[in-house]
Amino acid sequence: MIRIKIVVCIKQVPGTTEIKIDPQTNTLIREGIENIINPFDAYAIEEGVRIRERFSPEEVEVIALTMGPPQSKEILKEAISVGVDSAILLSDRAFAGADTWATSTTLAKAINKIGDCRLIILGKQTLDGDTGQVGPELAQRLDIPFIGYASSILEIDKNKMKVKRLMEDRYETFEINLPAAISVVKDINTPRVPSLRGKIKAKSVEIPVWDAKQLEADENEVGLAGSYTQVVKIFTPKIKHEIKMIEGSPEEQVEQLHKVLKELNVV
Amino acid sequence: MEIKIDEKTCTGCSLCKKVCLYDAVEIVKGKVVINENCVFCGACIEVCKFGSIEIAGLKEEEKNFSDYRGVCIYLEANGETIADVGFELISEGRKLARQLGVELSAVAVGSGIEKSVLEAFQYGLDKLYLIDSPVFSDNLDDIFAKALVQVITRYKPEIFLAGATWFGRTLIPKVAAILKTGLTADCTGLEIDKEKKILLQTRPTFGGNILATIITRNARPQMATIRPHVMEKKKIGEGKGDYKDRIEYYGDKIEYIKIDESKFKSKYKLISTEKELNENINITDYDVIVSGGRGLGGSEKFSMIKKLADLLGGVVGASRAAVDSGWISYPHQVGQTGKTVNPKMYIACGISGAIQHLAGMQTSDIIIAINKDPSAPIFKVANYGIVGDIFEVVPMLIKRLRDGKPLV
Repeated sequence: MIRIKIVVCIKQVPGTTEIKIDPQTNTLIREGIENIINPFDAYAIEEGVRIRERFSPEEVEVIALTMGPPQSKEILKEAISVGVDSAILLSDRAFAGADTWATSTTLAKAINKIGDCRLIILGKQTLDGDTGQVGPELAQRLDIPFIGYASSILEIDKNKMKVKRLMEDRYETFEINLPAAISVVKDINTPRVPSLRGKIKAKSVEIPVWDAKQLEADENEVGLAGSYTQVVKIFTPKIKHEIKMIEGSPEEQVEQLHKVLKELNVV
Repeated sequence: MEIKIDEKTCTGCSLCKKVCLYDAVEIVKGKVVINENCVFCGACIEVCKFGSIEIAGLKEEEKNFSDYRGVCIYLEANGETIADVGFELISEGRKLARQLGVELSAVAVGSGIEKSVLEAFQYGLDKLYLIDSPVFSDNLDDIFAKALVQVITRYKPEIFLAGATWFGRTLIPKVAAILKTGLTADCTGLEIDKEKKILLQTRPTFGGNILATIITRNARPQMATIRPHVMEKKKIGEGKGDYKDRIEYYGDKIEYIKIDESKFKSKYKLISTEKELNENINITDYDVIVSGGRGLGGSEKFSMIKKLADLLGGVVGASRAAVDSGWISYPHQVGQTGKTVNPKMYIACGISGAIQHLAGMQTSDIIIAINKDPSAPIFKVANYGIVGDIFEVVPMLIKRLRDGKPLV
């Protein structure tokens, strides 16, 4: 029986909540920042696993895929611990410095190498890059439809799916044929915690590592060399911040606040 | 390609190690060594006081882009109206076009937009490419991408800008991928490098903690999506009087692009569109946002936030905590997992101000925070702060606004 392959693309990112800025030098202090699984990707993993649960388990294979330095293996293990069947790490010095275009090139090559993928799921964006561009660019490279900001998969079978996407002021429901790619918002599910069985599996699982050679990728089409954009400057925003505290009794506070609203022409 | 360290000038001061977010810098024998975690983000290069770090071995092909000329703006349509961000980009695009000494054009794709799109000329447009056809009545990404690609390949602008709306951020990457060029997401600043005549695209990353300036190398057009409400829209030439709504008036400034409709078949089928409770929930459209957070304690309390928002002509926003608790729906969520907003005024009621929330609203023009905890991080970004009980302050403010009578 042919299994339906679902690929979930994930990324390891520095957890930004810990970021502090050195007030003297106006630079970032990295100390104490843990690498984590991109929070938006947890919903993508969960959705992949949930889709498998809609079918009988042997019908579907959920594969986690990431591109990054060797330590990115950790997040693939995390994905396995919450129910993903297998995982692949794309790692090579040549992949470093990739923009969204070069990233989608590399992911597309891996997905073609895996072969016969019916659905690709991504988080809506990453915590570090914040672009949300890899999903649509990847889908375009694979020449398959892409639905961004998916908030619900209403129906799915081997050939098509009904998916609802969130726009700023509305929901839109589409029917698309598979293969297809989607990016998900956090509305779509609540990720589960790892099971004991999953944790044990994650410990012992072998994660294959594919490099540029195995992907038959030319060094000039991946990483920074294969990117169309390049960062030329990184800086911390200058925060010129002054706060005016409104003091007094609640009545006085509200009266002053009302005055502020008037001065600002809001009322 | 590698990061090269000039050992002669490197002092091992470790400033670069401090700024590296990827743990890629090590100090070995008093000199910097870059390890395999490096993603070539350039943060270390920027911070090095001695100019000891550079990216080496990156081959730059000498490509001739002289046939790419002009700045082009995508005017996104929302039904039969044009989204405001398009007009903001025309105003910004005018500055860029002037600096480059080139033409400013725009492309609009939609169904029944012929009249509303004329407003774009009031912001100073040299040329409009208009694709108006019933095939574009739904937001089907693939055929919109095809239409834009057709215009861009024919007219070859050197710069192409679009709004970083949710539709734009899905559609434009497709366009860039088809054209095989770079795209910078969600920019908040644009500039022309005077010497090289290229576009410097600045955008927040890491949830707004860092700004990165990005260039497009080896490809054209230089493409970027721009965050709505960041650029200022500015009308010019109001004096067109009665003619300004007349298509004939603009004559050869409008170029109608005829498409072969039979070739615009979408792979997507739109089955339904739902607006939430016939309430317009695009909170990014409003000048005033009144947001409630965990401090509200329950869904029924949002009625008080709604009342205040209504009195100020605004809309209700919410923190993730309030949405996750089920007090209000997700489209109202402001922050990294919700929406990024830049209203003229943001009033945060009972929101402590987690960094993810701040990332979504700290660029608002004026921020007013009401919170009972004086050490709440929201006060670090607020322009006006009230330490107080929202259940006392907000109803009192509502009363003040309604009755118009001074309280003291």
